[in-house]
Amino acid sequence: MAKTIIDKIWENHSVIQENNKPSLLYIDLHLLHEVTSPQAFAGLREKKRTVRRPDLCFATMDHNIPTKNRFVIDDSIALKQIQTLEENCKEYGIHLEGLHSADQGIVHVIGPELGLTLPGKTIVCGDSHTSTHGAFGALAFGIGTSEVEHVLATQTLWQQKPKQLQVKIEGKLGYGVTAKDIVLALIANYGTNAGAGHVIEFTGETVRNFTMEERMTLCNMSIEAGAKAGLIAPDETTYAYIKGKKYAPKDDEFDEKVNEWSGLRSDPDAVFDKTIEINAAQVEPMVTWGTNPSMGVGISEHVPSLNEVQSEKEKESIQKALAYMGLTPGQSLTEVPVQHVFIGSCTNSRLSDLKAAAEVVKGKKVHAEVQAIVVPGSQQVKAKAEEEGLHLVFKEAGFDWRDSGCSMCLGMNPDIVPEGERCASTSNRNFEGRQGKGARTHLVSPAMAAAAAIEGRFVDVRKFVSGLREGEAYAGI
Amino acid sequence: MPGFKTLTGIAAVLDRENVDTDQIIPKQFLKRVERSGFGQFLFFDWRFNSEGSPNPEFELNHEDAKGAEILITGANFGCGSSREHAPWALKDYGFKVIIAPDFADIFYNNSLKNGILVITLPKPVIEELKARVKNGNERITVSLDQQEISLGTDKVASFDFDPYWKEMLQNGWDEISLTLQYDEAISRYEKRIGVV
Repeated sequence: MAKTIIDKIWENHSVIQENNKPSLLYIDLHLLHEVTSPQAFAGLREKKRTVRRPDLCFATMDHNIPTKNRFVIDDSIALKQIQTLEENCKEYGIHLEGLHSADQGIVHVIGPELGLTLPGKTIVCGDSHTSTHGAFGALAFGIGTSEVEHVLATQTLWQQKPKQLQVKIEGKLGYGVTAKDIVLALIANYGTNAGAGHVIEFTGETVRNFTMEERMTLCNMSIEAGAKAGLIAPDETTYAYIKGKKYAPKDDEFDEKVNEWSGLRSDPDAVFDKTIEINAAQVEPMVTWGTNPSMGVGISEHVPSLNEVQSEKEKESIQKALAYMGLTPGQSLTEVPVQHVFIGSCTNSRLSDLKAAAEVVKGKKVHAEVQAIVVPGSQQVKAKAEEEGLHLVFKEAGFDWRDSGCSMCLGMNPDIVPEGERCASTSNRNFEGRQGKGARTHLVSPAMAAAAAIEGRFVDVRKFVSGLREGEAYAGI
Repeated sequence: MPGFKTLTGIAAVLDRENVDTDQIIPKQFLKRVERSGFGQFLFFDWRFNSEGSPNPEFELNHEDAKGAEILITGANFGCGSSREHAPWALKDYGFKVIIAPDFADIFYNNSLKNGILVITLPKPVIEELKARVKNGNERITVSLDQQEISLGTDKVASFDFDPYWKEMLQNGWDEISLTLQYDEAISRYEKRIGVV
């Protein structure tokens, strides 16, 4: 029978598989961080259990660490969480990239960067954006703390096999349109539960032409479409990225692995439970206006008018969101002033993201009313960006250039958006209170965020970069 | 963990869709290293005004929601972050059953692992249930054994439930102890694929 890549990975990892029961799946890589692991280690200790395969675990700290003066942690509870991770890793012999490490960074940035994330692996982490690693053709999904404990103790998880959704993306991206805009458009059109109960396989010409960093952005936000995971079959782009990475297979072993990985693709006649098709050429730079990632529109559109929607329930939910966001129905987003700009997060903090933002910022100044920060996804990304002089571009423009971490994506560290203020953010969630109580988050691509920083309001980055004035027709490239 | 058979209790209605885990338990409360004590922070930004007083508008602060053990809510409940602090907070607050048209995947799993009975019902059935709960403030009965929800002797709905999790919840079993019984099978697998 024809199989999808998901079927193949599932089969390869089933320790126990019985009809109509969850499968016991073996886990190849368990990533850990300071926030969702302490209770799992405490659980092990309480029951006098141990870590079965510390060699398949890898830890870092990213969620609550400061991005400025990173070694001075004033928050005593955050500090305790960090120290607890250090102690747990030491006790159980788990490799940790701590605050002082040149390899530290957001867990979903360093996994790929260090060559830990490889095609065909099962990867879990106590973090929903684990789906990012699916860009390499891995089955990667977020788990809760009880499951973290389960994986620590057994290196396995009981999993009901999910349904499979193919998202086929064809067409050439328009100028100024990025992978972030594609995934925001997918969620805006099909909703936050489009992928509920499914794993997504992204296919199509557009995806094939994406770089690994673009693929990571796409897979990262699968969870925002409600999917358990999202993945992309590996190809030459994948192998080229992996080659030479710190922990990746080397020499003959690498060639052998490539041979093995090349079988990781869905058979031509494989059947999906559902297929969604996206025409990338029709997508424009996106901005969210509401309080979940499906509440987004193209920059040339406007916030929905209430007479555009049919159901009372939807009307109510739009009104609620707009009240929180301080917007009015039908309003154009380019009128909306922003006070904060955040370029970072596991969605958009890699070198290519920073380059795209720097391209827009170069030679310009951050608007007087805006506070803007760039938080590289890892210390390696930071070092590479500095080699290329990107930090100077940002600093000269008036951006704050920080150390790596999750930062303002969720505001667990001191990087918080004050109540009632508005942030153009390259992160993944615009939930109420996500970036701080009462904070108003608009999700955008790095280039759109950079343009908003300069203008102090949302602008169409296509016009901004091409030098066109508002109202002039854009011819495209 | 105690097993779950049948519960008769008060139901609270949180009539919102896409309730995310950032709302269920805001991030400032994720820094604790214990599993307990999260109930006081449940729905913090909705439940309390900025100066700390209870927000009388919020559904769970209504008089008839006091002491509720069953939560009836909207679609895609528990979306967003994987934080298990969300079910910890709901459980610590007193909820033992959550009923919704559907749940976000990680939240659903996290809830089961904490012995919370998460029930999926079609929207019209939930609407009926909500209407009846609102009108009479009756106690509702949720039977996992029968996979039924009833008001008094009147059966309102039956629900589907994964047989594996039914057995786990009924017996209050610890999943890790169960898996450790497969230790040999796991070792054989490791040998076969060469991760020894």
